[in-house]
Amino acid sequence: MNAYLFTNARIIDPSQNMDFTGDLLVKDGIIAAVGESLDLPNDAGVIDLEGKWLVPGLLDMHVHLREPGEEYKETIESGTAAAVAGGFTAVACMPNTQPVNDSAGITRFILEKARSSARARVYPIAAITLGQKGEQLTEFGDLLNAGAIAFSDDGLPVKNAAVMRQALEYAQNFDALIISHSEELDLSRGGVMNEGRVSTILGLKGIPAATEEIAVFRDVALAELTGGRLHIAHVSTRGSVEIVRQAKSRGVRVTAETAPHYFSLTEEAVFGYNTFAKMSPPLRTEEDRLAVIEGLKDGAIDAIATDHAPHSVLEKECEFQMAANGIIGLETAISLSLNLVRDGYISASQMIRCMSISPSNILGVPGGSLKDGNSADICIIDPEAVFTLTRESLYSLSYNSPFLGKDLQGKAILTLIDGRPVFDPTGILRVPEVN
Amino acid sequence: MNRFTARHILGMSTLSPDEITFILDTAESLKDILERPIKKVPPLRGKTVVHLFFEPSTRTRLSFELAAKRLSADTVSFSAKASSVVKGETLIDTAQNIEAMKPDVIVMRHPHSGTPHLLTKYVNSAVINAGDGTNEHPSQALLDLFTVREHLGHIDNLKVAILGDILHSRVAHSDIQAFTKMGAEVVVSGAATMLPSRQSEVLGAKVVLKMEEALEDADVIIVLRIQKERQGQSLIPSVREYAMFFGLSPDKVKLAKSGALIMHPGPINRGVEMAPEVADGPYSVILDQVTNGVAIRMALLSLLLTKG
Ligand SMILES: [Zn+2]
Repeated sequence: MNAYLFTNARIIDPSQNMDFTGDLLVKDGIIAAVGESLDLPNDAGVIDLEGKWLVPGLLDMHVHLREPGEEYKETIESGTAAAVAGGFTAVACMPNTQPVNDSAGITRFILEKARSSARARVYPIAAITLGQKGEQLTEFGDLLNAGAIAFSDDGLPVKNAAVMRQALEYAQNFDALIISHSEELDLSRGGVMNEGRVSTILGLKGIPAATEEIAVFRDVALAELTGGRLHIAHVSTRGSVEIVRQAKSRGVRVTAETAPHYFSLTEEAVFGYNTFAKMSPPLRTEEDRLAVIEGLKDGAIDAIATDHAPHSVLEKECEFQMAANGIIGLETAISLSLNLVRDGYISASQMIRCMSISPSNILGVPGGSLKDGNSADICIIDPEAVFTLTRESLYSLSYNSPFLGKDLQGKAILTLIDGRPVFDPTGILRVPEVN
Repeated sequence: MNRFTARHILGMSTLSPDEITFILDTAESLKDILERPIKKVPPLRGKTVVHLFFEPSTRTRLSFELAAKRLSADTVSFSAKASSVVKGETLIDTAQNIEAMKPDVIVMRHPHSGTPHLLTKYVNSAVINAGDGTNEHPSQALLDLFTVREHLGHIDNLKVAILGDILHSRVAHSDIQAFTKMGAEVVVSGAATMLPSRQSEVLGAKVVLKMEEALEDADVIIVLRIQKERQGQSLIPSVREYAMFFGLSPDKVKLAKSGALIMHPGPINRGVEMAPEVADGPYSVILDQVTNGVAIRMALLSLLLTKG
C-alpha cells in the first residue's frame, strides 16, 4: 500500500463547498479521506503543507497541443508537461491540427500518442465540420466512440448558420457539446487587433467587439431554437458576457469560458506592435476586461480556459499584420487568476471552481473534485511564490507569452495524477517515503 | 548643443516639438542648395543610403533618392514584395542581409504598419519610415509643416482642415500629430466609412461629419487622395458621388479664410477629391510641397548621419 497524508493544507474543493484548513489522505492513488484533522495511518508519509492550497487537479478545457502536424510548436508530450507545471491534470485539445481532428482515426491517434507520451490526461475535442470547412458535419457518434468529448471548429467559426443549427440538433442524439469560436468573419476580415483608440493610433485594422457579439448572439439563438448544448469559447467583450447572462436567465443551455489574458490585459498591450499580444479574439478595452471579471463573479462565465496557443519565432517574430494569433497560457493561468482573488474580485473558491469542477461538468469528464473515492488528481498551489517567467522556466516548446520576463505571483508546486507526482520540481513527495 | 537626438525617424508620434522645429530649420538652410546651378554638396560623401521599398512609390522614392544624391551619399534601391508568412524570405532575413552590407541609413516603405519599428530591432543603421501601412508617413507631415510655415510664417494657432480617408491614411495620421504638436487646431472630415466609428476625436484632431464645419475659417486645407477600395471593401458607393459630396469644390473653399493654403500629398485625382480649379488655383501650394519634400528629406538624412 502506498499512502500519504497532506496536513495543514488549505483545502479548496468547490464541488463539495469546501474551503478549510485540514488534511487529505491519498491511498493507492485514490482520495481516501478529507477532514479537519485526520488520524495518521501507520504506513503513510506525512507532508505538512504549511497552509498552501490543496485543490482538485485543474482542467483546461481549451488548449492547442499542435500534434499532429506542427510538432515544432508543441507536442502532446511538451504541452502536457506545460499543463502539469501549471497545475493542470487534464486538458481538452482543439481539433485544428494538421490534419484536422475530424475523424475517429485522428482522435485515436491523439489518444494513442497521449497514452505513450502525455504527462496529463488528454481529452480530444473533434471538429464540427469536415476539415473545419463549415460545410459537412463530422461523424459525431463515431468520434465520441473513439474518445472525443466535444465538438468545435475552434480557430474558425462555423460560418453558415444552417450548418451550426444542424450541429446543435444532431449533437442531441449523443448529448454532445458544441463549442463555438464566435466570430463574424466578414466583419473581422483583415483585422489584427481590437478596433478602437489604440488601433487608430497604431494604424492597424481593427476587429470591432460586434464581430464577436453578433456570432455569440447567433449561436445562442440557435441553441435556443434547437435545445442543443452550447459552450462559448474565449469570451472577450462586455456585450458577449451580457448576451450569455441573459440567455442563461431564459434557460438556454449555454455555458461560457474566458481566458486569463482577457481579464489581465487590454488592447494597450499591443503598443510597440507586440506580436505576443496578438490573438483571436483580440485583447479588448478596460471596460470589457472589467465586464469579463464581473461575468466570472456572477457566474455568467463558467470557466477559465487558457486557449494555450503555442507558436514559434517563424509565426511571431515578423510584421504584426502577418503574425499568427495566440499565446501560450498553461503556465501562467494560476498566477493571473490569483490576481483576481488577491484584488478581491472573486473568491479562491470561485477561481478553483472555474478551473476544475465547472469545466469538467461542462465537458462531462471525470475529475475536478476531491470527493472520497475519486482518483487522486490533485494540485498544490503556493499562492505567495513569486517567479519570473522566462524561456528557460517554461515547459512549453514555445515562449509566445506577453508575460515573458515579468514577475508573477502564485504557482503550482506539486501536481498529482492518480496519486503519482507528475510535477514535483522540489521533491516534496520524496521526503515522506521513509516513514 | 545638438538638439537632435533621435536615432530613427519612425513617426511624428515619437518626435518632440523641439526636434520638429530643428528639422524644419535645417531643411530651410538646405533648401537653398536646391536653387543653385550646381545642386550638390559633400556632407554625406562616403555614406550609404538604402531605399527598401516593399510597396510601389515613384514619388517618395524619387524624392528620397534625390535628397541623398544632393548631399553626395551613395544610394541603393531595393524593391520587393511583402513576403508571405513563414518559410519564404522573411523581413528579418532581408533586414539582416542588408545590414550585413553596412548601410548608414535605411529608408523603408512597407504595406504593413509597424514594420520599420520591427526593422530597428535587427539593424544598426538609422531607419527612416517612408510610409508604413496605415500608420505614419512622417517625412510627408514634415514637408507639410515646412510648406505651411514657409507661406504663413507660423504653425501655432492655425486651423488645419484635413479631408478624406482619415482612418486609412498614414498621411492623415502623421499630419494630425504633426500639426497638433506644433500648436495648430486640426479638424478632420470625410465620408463616415473613412472616419473612426463613434469617435469625436482622433489622435488629437476633432472629427466632424459636416465638411463645412471643418472648412469654416480654416487657414490650411489638406485634401487626401481617395482610394475607392480598401482590402476589397468598397468605402464609397461611387467616385461620382464622392466627388459631389466630399470633393473640394471652389464653393467649399470659400468657407475657409481667404487665402487659405490648398495642399495635397499627391498624386491628385483631379475632379474627384479636388476640383481642377482648386488644384491649380492661386492658393494651391501642391508643387511647393514636392520641392520642399526634397529639402525635408535632405534634413532628415543629414541630421541622422552627421551627429556625434
Ligand atoms: Zn478560438
